[in-house]
Amino acid sequence: MSDEKAVSIPQQSGGTQAKDAGADGEILLKVTGLQKHFPIRKGLLQRQTGAVRAVDGIDFEVRKGETLGVVGESGCGKSTMGRLITRLLEPTAGTVEFEGRDITHLSTGALRPMRRDVQMIFQDPYSSLNPRHTIGTIVSAPFRLQGVTPEGGVKKEVQRLLSVVGLNPEHYNRYPHEFSGGQRQRIGIARALALNPKLVVADEPVSALDVSIQAQVVNLLDDLQEELGLTYVIIAHDLSVVRHVSDRIAVMYLGKIVELADRNALYKAPMHPYTKALLSAVPIPDPKRRKVKSERILLKGDVPSPISPPSGCRFHTRCWKATQICRTTEPPLLELRPGQRVACHHPENSEDQAPQDTELLTEARQAAAELGKSSDTSSDK
Amino acid sequence: MTAPIETTGAEAGAQPEAVLAGVKKSQIEGRSLTQIAWMRFKRDKVAMAGGVVVVLLVLMAVLSKPIQWVFGLDPNKFNQDLIDPALLAPKGGWGGMSWEHPLGVDPQYGRDMLARIIDGSWVSLLVAGGATMLSVLIGTVMGLLAGYYGGWVDSIISRMMDTFLAFPLLLFAISISASVQDGFFGLDGLPLRICVLIFVIGFFSWPYIGRIVRAQTMSLREREFIEAARSMGARGPYVVFRELLPNLVAPIIVYSTLIIPTNILFEASLSFLGVGIAPPQASWGGMLSNAVDLYTADPQYMFVPGLAIFITVLAFNLLGDGLRDALDPRSK
Ligand SMILES: Nc1ncnc2c1ncn2[C@@H]1O[C@H](COP(=O)(O)OP(=O)(O)OP(=O)(O)O)[C@@H](O)[C@H]1O
Ligand code: SF4
Ligand SMILES: [Mg+2]
Repeated sequence: MSDEKAVSIPQQSGGTQAKDAGADGEILLKVTGLQKHFPIRKGLLQRQTGAVRAVDGIDFEVRKGETLGVVGESGCGKSTMGRLITRLLEPTAGTVEFEGRDITHLSTGALRPMRRDVQMIFQDPYSSLNPRHTIGTIVSAPFRLQGVTPEGGVKKEVQRLLSVVGLNPEHYNRYPHEFSGGQRQRIGIARALALNPKLVVADEPVSALDVSIQAQVVNLLDDLQEELGLTYVIIAHDLSVVRHVSDRIAVMYLGKIVELADRNALYKAPMHPYTKALLSAVPIPDPKRRKVKSERILLKGDVPSPISPPSGCRFHTRCWKATQICRTTEPPLLELRPGQRVACHHPENSEDQAPQDTELLTEARQAAAELGKSSDTSSDK
Repeated sequence: MTAPIETTGAEAGAQPEAVLAGVKKSQIEGRSLTQIAWMRFKRDKVAMAGGVVVVLLVLMAVLSKPIQWVFGLDPNKFNQDLIDPALLAPKGGWGGMSWEHPLGVDPQYGRDMLARIIDGSWVSLLVAGGATMLSVLIGTVMGLLAGYYGGWVDSIISRMMDTFLAFPLLLFAISISASVQDGFFGLDGLPLRICVLIFVIGFFSWPYIGRIVRAQTMSLREREFIEAARSMGARGPYVVFRELLPNLVAPIIVYSTLIIPTNILFEASLSFLGVGIAPPQASWGGMLSNAVDLYTADPQYMFVPGLAIFITVLAFNLLGDGLRDALDPRSK
């Protein structure tokens, strides 16, 4: 990717240009009511005493050629979601459809052909490459495992892939320990591209990298998408990484999607308080807006345990707008504006969904006081 | 602009992998972890010394018959003329050392000690090596199964390992060795004894290696390259043999090297207790056992086999420690 593009992105105010093509394109991946509960077993008899509700009922779809960014704090189930859609894990409930085909409960054998089309890029470049294999072995593993012989031979194809991701093709017989983190991540990308996949799921692809390298890798992913027409699901724990590459962004909190919107809509007018808090942690790029609002919303407390998530809206223990209804009733994920789905009773930048309920919860009052603002934050927008 | 992306402008201008920009062509050949370990090992003089002694011992064991033939040594030739008939001890003190018999002769019969040490070496190393191989084989398979599959497979195998480790091994070994009769499996005499010893020692010491392989497998299983292989459609056997096993070779080699001396001592103990290698075949443990009976007559007799065992055990331990340091720098 060129620097010119990276610089220009923040200035975009209208809709996405080239990427708009994906907006109403064909649906590649569709997820409905997806759940993953990890049983907690105790004692000698391994009796189940509870469950970690890592992913607890999420719906979304990924369209051909687009990039879906998934963000959320640590432990909110992003990786689990990624492993569910690549079917490294089997869902507890719900369905995963890839190209219209239900793959929710396919066996390892039946999944094999699909594995060619869905590839993963992993978070930790130090653990995602087998230290005992050469780069050539690593990048050619997909061919071996899928029984594919590329045109012109495996070695030539591996060298081509290495040069595509910006590595020296002569390095195919080196070992992972001889490379830096960024280079290793490029090796991981080359491996993911080997079989010409349709969908690439990248689980925090740059979190483990040095800040100066992060941009390079993100830009490489972006370039590759343009060249190869890839579809991405990119997972990240903050919005700064996904903002430039995503067409749409899903915000997760404690196993749920709380907001799913087009990138620009989400940045301009976030509706869910949690999204707003996440956004406030990202430095504001626009100097005009920076003067107006520089308040940073610091969420207090930790993410509650996914073993026994809070009742009603899961965010009510940390939300500064929480009222009685938030504690009792779970807000559904509703399309409050075209292309913007939100699960909140009192959304920002939109009509209140439960206007009758105005009494703030005690914790919320404290939180609101700490933020130094009134309950109707939406008005100052 | 946002924090991490802010650098884009400056960074994009730079060479993507400037790190490798100035690398000479000759340096491009990769150095594997094995080569690096070997370089590290070569620098460890103590371990190298242990390794050299181990190589010499193995050569001595493998070539023990040719060596005896070349030097005209006979471990079973009686030299009654060298024995003082009243004391049963070798004449002339120092265990009968002479130019003809550099390590002396044994009491009672006057057999050449050097020949007997050489002849005993192959038995000791064969039993210890065979038993180690057997335990490594069982231990690796069991450890891999337990570590890779987890769950109830792990529970069963782990309980099994605990049970084996809690066994009164020596008593068990004695009773098995003592109850096996000639003709068992169509074997008799020395080959039968060797097989029984290999089986008993190997079969009861596999949990040591099994536990190590299990723990290593469990930690490797969580690494993302395993997940990467599975996401490309790899099945269990591929993951185990192509992804896991190459990473287990180093710890397996290290712990095998460290188990061998234990097994040498175990063989010696069994022979010492009279249930191991039977006379007239020379064995280090058997010689020690004799030496205890004849302690008053010929105290020097116990030094020679004792020293042989000591040197062998020490050499293997030094080699094993050195290998561990070389293969896993974090352990230092
Ligand atoms: N195999 C598992 N068994 C039991 N619990 C699990 C398992 N994998 C994940 N969890 C739990 O599920 C929850 C979500 O985990 P997940 O790794 O998906 O979070 P994440 O959003 O990716 O976090 P991070 O940003 O730290 O990677 C966590 O509480 C975690 O402890
Ligand atoms: S206002 Fe209520 S529903 Fe909305 S995020 Fe806060 S607690 Fe949840
Ligand atoms: Mg994660």
